[in-house]
Amino acid sequence: MSAARGTSKPAGTVPPAGKTAGHIVRPYGDATGDGMVQLSFTLPLPHDKRAEGAAQLFATKMGMDPAMVVHAKAMGPDFTFFVVYGPVHHLVDTRDVVIVERDYPLLSPKEINGLIKKTLHRPLVVVGACIGTDAHTVGIDAILNIKGFAGEKGLEYYTEITVVNLGAQVSVPDLVEQARRHRADAVLVSQVVTQRDAHLHNTREMSAAFREAFPADRRPLLVVGGPRFDELATEELGVDRIFGRGTTPGEVASYLVSALVPPATRPTTGTASTARPTTSRKKAS
Amino acid sequence: MSRSTTDPRRMLDLDPATIRTARSLARKAGAPVVSMAKRHTTVSVERAVLRLAGLEGADVEGIPWVNRLVDVVREDAGLEHGVSLPVWDAMLRTGDDLLTVAQKASAGSVTFRVPEGKDATKAAKASRSQVAQGIRRIDASRAQRDKLIAKYGQPPAPWIYLIVATGDIYEDMPQAQAAAREGADVIAVIRSTGQSLLDYVPEGPTREGYAGTYATQANFRLMRAALDETSKELGRYVRLTNYASGLCMPEIASLAGLERLDMMLNDSMYGILFRDINPVRTFVDQRFSRQIHARAGIIINTGEDNYLTTADAVDAAHTVTVSQLLNEYFAKEAGLADWQLGLGHAFEINPDIPDSFRMELAHAMLARALFPDAPLKWMPPTKHMTGDVFRGYLLDGFFNLAGALTGQGILLVGMMTEAVVTPWLSDRDLALQNVRYVFNAAGNLREDFRPAPDGFIATRARQVLGEAVDLLDRIVDDTLLNAIADGTFGLMKRPADAGRGLDGVVRKSSGYLNPATDLLEEGATR
Repeated sequence: MSAARGTSKPAGTVPPAGKTAGHIVRPYGDATGDGMVQLSFTLPLPHDKRAEGAAQLFATKMGMDPAMVVHAKAMGPDFTFFVVYGPVHHLVDTRDVVIVERDYPLLSPKEINGLIKKTLHRPLVVVGACIGTDAHTVGIDAILNIKGFAGEKGLEYYTEITVVNLGAQVSVPDLVEQARRHRADAVLVSQVVTQRDAHLHNTREMSAAFREAFPADRRPLLVVGGPRFDELATEELGVDRIFGRGTTPGEVASYLVSALVPPATRPTTGTASTARPTTSRKKAS
Repeated sequence: MSRSTTDPRRMLDLDPATIRTARSLARKAGAPVVSMAKRHTTVSVERAVLRLAGLEGADVEGIPWVNRLVDVVREDAGLEHGVSLPVWDAMLRTGDDLLTVAQKASAGSVTFRVPEGKDATKAAKASRSQVAQGIRRIDASRAQRDKLIAKYGQPPAPWIYLIVATGDIYEDMPQAQAAAREGADVIAVIRSTGQSLLDYVPEGPTREGYAGTYATQANFRLMRAALDETSKELGRYVRLTNYASGLCMPEIASLAGLERLDMMLNDSMYGILFRDINPVRTFVDQRFSRQIHARAGIIINTGEDNYLTTADAVDAAHTVTVSQLLNEYFAKEAGLADWQLGLGHAFEINPDIPDSFRMELAHAMLARALFPDAPLKWMPPTKHMTGDVFRGYLLDGFFNLAGALTGQGILLVGMMTEAVVTPWLSDRDLALQNVRYVFNAAGNLREDFRPAPDGFIATRARQVLGEAVDLLDRIVDDTLLNAIADGTFGLMKRPADAGRGLDGVVRKSSGYLNPATDLLEEGATR
């Protein structure tokens, strides 16, 4: 770290306005560059002065300097809860941030319906489910139900999309079977429960089952969504696309159309993976 | 304070005739389902009978003997007569005890038949006598609970309900004891998520669960003993809760009765809607489990909160009322008393919409007004907990306030880290501080709280009741099973001829015998 220590002139540690302004940041409390953060945690210690000192030392080691223990409270005889405030001195260059850029155009329902009609000559079939033991259908319903989410109607609203919502706790074999029966173009899976990485295990199991059950060029597009997925993890999880928190039905529909109904006709031979737009890790700029 | 001035029914100016109509429609909707349930048995009901008769343990593969035995009986003699006549007939013929017969059945060295004449009479008598021992154990558990509550006294309402879920019963025990010391009146051990879909009850103490701990007889026993120890230490009776739901509902209910669990999650439609369990299977299993719960003095908790996690809490408010009325009907039909009805409802209205808190109060007061003698289980926000833990903490505070203002009996403590992590030690501590602050500051505010008779809250409550009556009307016309198939509740469509566990449903013959049901319905002990 090249940043100066101390908080006397925190603003001075940030490069002056100019070429790099806006790229280099640190947390903001009430003054630019002050680096102020808040932190709460529990130590397995009875509440006394030593415990408070340990909390301060711990926060200092995390990079808060000076760390201010503003609250300490015993939780039973063996634990103490702390709230700590203080400045950190790290800097982040936003140009180093890796995100998934939206690599498809956002289209209106009308445009989407038109595209499907023109190029596919049949409705696009989407099979959706919450798999494994997950009973939280909030996510899949927000995307599929006509009621929709964030002011956008769900996929059921699209006249050229046929939606089969299998609901909660669908087993992977059932999902494969239903996808086959309905000749799904895309399979949408929502995963909310994340205890012990259930969402990751379930998704891997699902993608493996589809790869086993379908030849590569016949496999439906696999899309998963949920609040705690890493949108970059498509390759690790074996799916075509991951949607995170706050995704709207319009985004999903636009993606499906761009992936399944590309302007150029999809090759009937050759592997599906080359026909699909890549969703691999992409660095911003 | 006289009842009339605090009676929410009066405060909301609810029409007693409308309330009577609502109840009578619920009865009309439910009655055909009850007669359908009476005409059928299930593999799990039959296994529960064997458990009450004392058959425990599993084979080397971990499959319980009750499963092995029921499967072989079904193959040899069918299940339409129940498992009791063929099994006790075999025991009388071979001179073997129940476990030995189960083991032999599994090895293929005994075959079953439906006995007739004198043999049938003898088998019936023997099975009743052995199953009655289990029923008497349930009675003894209930008496023991009554004794402990008489000794320690009842905690004041609302009872503070905290959840423990590590997956390892030996981790759960100290956590539950710590939660009780921190103030929990009720400890719920969340089940391993997949368990409701298992068609058998795992055996023995378990140390590995998936986002929860398996419900097993051994785990029930261990946890009850741990909480008994803590009850003694604290001088108050700490209640234990688990889940009588899923494919093994009747067996879990029986184990809960035997091992003195105090509350069980037991909703009439949850398994159908959220676990895709066959509707007939669910209603048959549910009736038997509720008869057990009634006998065992167990308080049931129903699951209406779940509807609001999938449907909109404003639009679907009346479906909660309808489900509460149906749950009440099914519960009373099975012999449960008002004090045993922890009817569920939840604080799930989108906090961004105007007057959301007033609507929450209207819905919660409506439930209080309709079921004045039921404890009511008040469930915290989950759907609109966004990960913003600070906002979530405030929302939980308002949830607690609504609970205080509307006299809820069982308060499931909301965690600000809902939807983020399974609760940390500090989350639980902060959540309890929230509850304590609200009840200390405003616990008695109910005495001063009078919604204006034509104001927003009372009008909204009357509107929801009206919508509930309309929906019940349609359900009666359509039949409840069709309404479930059409997606009336929680927006899930569940036809009666689909779903898990359908192959475990059997239509009873005229010679069907179930000594457990007989003993429960007669209130007999022998």
